[in-house]
Amino acid sequence: MSNTAHAHAADAGGESRRDFLLHSTVAVGTLGGVMMVWPLLDSMNPAADTLSLSTTEFSVDGIEPGQGITVVWRGKPVFVRHRTASEIEAAETVDMDDLPDPQADDARVQNPEFLILVGVCTHLGCIPLGMKQTEPRGDFGGWFCPCHGSHYDTSGRIRRGPAPANLEVPPYEFVSDTTVRIG
Amino acid sequence: MSTEKSIWRKAYEWHEERLPIIGFLDHTIGTKYPAPKNLNYWWNFGSLALVILGIMIATGIFLAMNYTPHADHAFDSVERIMREVNYGWVLRYMHANGASFFFIVVYIHIFRGMYYGSYKAPREVLWWMGIIIFLLMMATAFMGYVLPWGQMSFWGATVITNLFSAIPLVGDEIVTFLWGGFSVDNPTLNRFFALHYLLPFVIVAVVFLHIWALHIPGSNNPLGIEATPADKIPFHPYYTSKDAFGTGVMLLVFFAVVFWLPNSMGHPDNYTPANPLVTPPHIVPEWYFLPFYAILRAVPDKLLGVILMFSAILILFVLPWLDTARVRSATFRPIFKVFFWIFVADGVLLTWCGAQLPEGLPLVLGRLGTAWYFLHFIVFLPVIGWLETPKPLPASISEPVIKPAE
Repeated sequence: MSNTAHAHAADAGGESRRDFLLHSTVAVGTLGGVMMVWPLLDSMNPAADTLSLSTTEFSVDGIEPGQGITVVWRGKPVFVRHRTASEIEAAETVDMDDLPDPQADDARVQNPEFLILVGVCTHLGCIPLGMKQTEPRGDFGGWFCPCHGSHYDTSGRIRRGPAPANLEVPPYEFVSDTTVRIG
Repeated sequence: MSTEKSIWRKAYEWHEERLPIIGFLDHTIGTKYPAPKNLNYWWNFGSLALVILGIMIATGIFLAMNYTPHADHAFDSVERIMREVNYGWVLRYMHANGASFFFIVVYIHIFRGMYYGSYKAPREVLWWMGIIIFLLMMATAFMGYVLPWGQMSFWGATVITNLFSAIPLVGDEIVTFLWGGFSVDNPTLNRFFALHYLLPFVIVAVVFLHIWALHIPGSNNPLGIEATPADKIPFHPYYTSKDAFGTGVMLLVFFAVVFWLPNSMGHPDNYTPANPLVTPPHIVPEWYFLPFYAILRAVPDKLLGVILMFSAILILFVLPWLDTARVRSATFRPIFKVFFWIFVADGVLLTWCGAQLPEGLPLVLGRLGTAWYFLHFIVFLPVIGWLETPKPLPASISEPVIKPAE
């Protein structure tokens, strides 16, 4: 095509009807192709029913101090631990300089007795051990990730190991004294 | 103008020396494939079929990501695609109507080949590859229709697989083998899904052979005479732009159906979940199978009906030898041209008969249409080839256009 088009282009001073047709056809075709690709790709995003599963409610009634429960939110475990007084104290008095990802304990809880965390290691997504009293809780009394050895403290903050950040605090609220809604 | 090669040119040549894929494409659908200069719009439909195959594979892959091939979940997962998945309704309606458009385009492609004698020497193997693609398409479309697991899916699967029970002695064993059980059930659905995903890629492979076989003799043309090099023009840009225009027109019609008449070619019963205990009152296959369904029902004998139905397609394999005329194009065959259009009308008649209950007038017409279908191939084509006097052929494609001054 280029030969013919360019022969005309020389006469028309760099432009020709044929160039215009070629470029507008390619432009419209490309635009149409891209617009068709979007529905294909967007169909892989979370569907409406998946998004509607985004809140979970549970009760903290009956969790004794020192115990915890695991609830499922968006297919992921959420750790809910009823902390003992000594665990709360350990979390509150730690020196900020000792933390790889410094964050005060009171910024991570709404009620200091109940620590609520997404139970997914911030390294590569394994579930840390420590929800059962028989499981290892690492050197700082919180959680220990068996995959690559990350230690979390009683506020779920990273203390040692390859994980780059503290365990995530999900968005939640106490809808009553004992009922929590996550999401 | 600098004679120095640009860095892109050098990179291109470096790559082409090692894997000459651009050159291969250029010889296949580019500037190095000379095509007869008189191809009309009926020659668009091969490219259009390829475009639809691409649409079917693309939408199918993304549909499969949200589909569950299990008898308990398949129907609900399809409804979830329609209601919950982002753009799921577009993908499913494109895929379902894409199947219909694939058959529309391919039927026109086949009739074009019949009208212009494209199956004749030296293009018999090209023709065979096309029939194999057609058979693979029918198998793929049938199994795809089963996947939503509605009433038509289930009973269509039951009826079609039961065709094989007509085989003497081992028929029942074969059907049990096809089902993976004693009725159409979850194992059947599982294997149909696996094969429905596999066969399109087999079709792609046979399309490759089809195009390869096309490039040995080159394209036929509306005059059906050999095209000399002087009568040929490069496929790109001439036929790429012509095909692009045809693609645009087809997509306009296609998306009009997808957006405004998405269920016009489907059957409402397939929005009822499959029930193995209740057969719907009126079982019909998808429209593109209707002519063959009419042939099946024209015969009051189970085995003979099945044999006749399969023969209706298999007879196409020997069409290049049943048609005894040397002249390819119907343009120069006055008698054949009439019989060709009667054959097209017969196909429409059989399609109509296939959609009716097999009683009374539709049954009579279905039997007449079936008889004509086979007479066309076995009697009319050989005899017309012997008796007909073709009109004189032009010496070249250019000759009728560029006449010397008198």
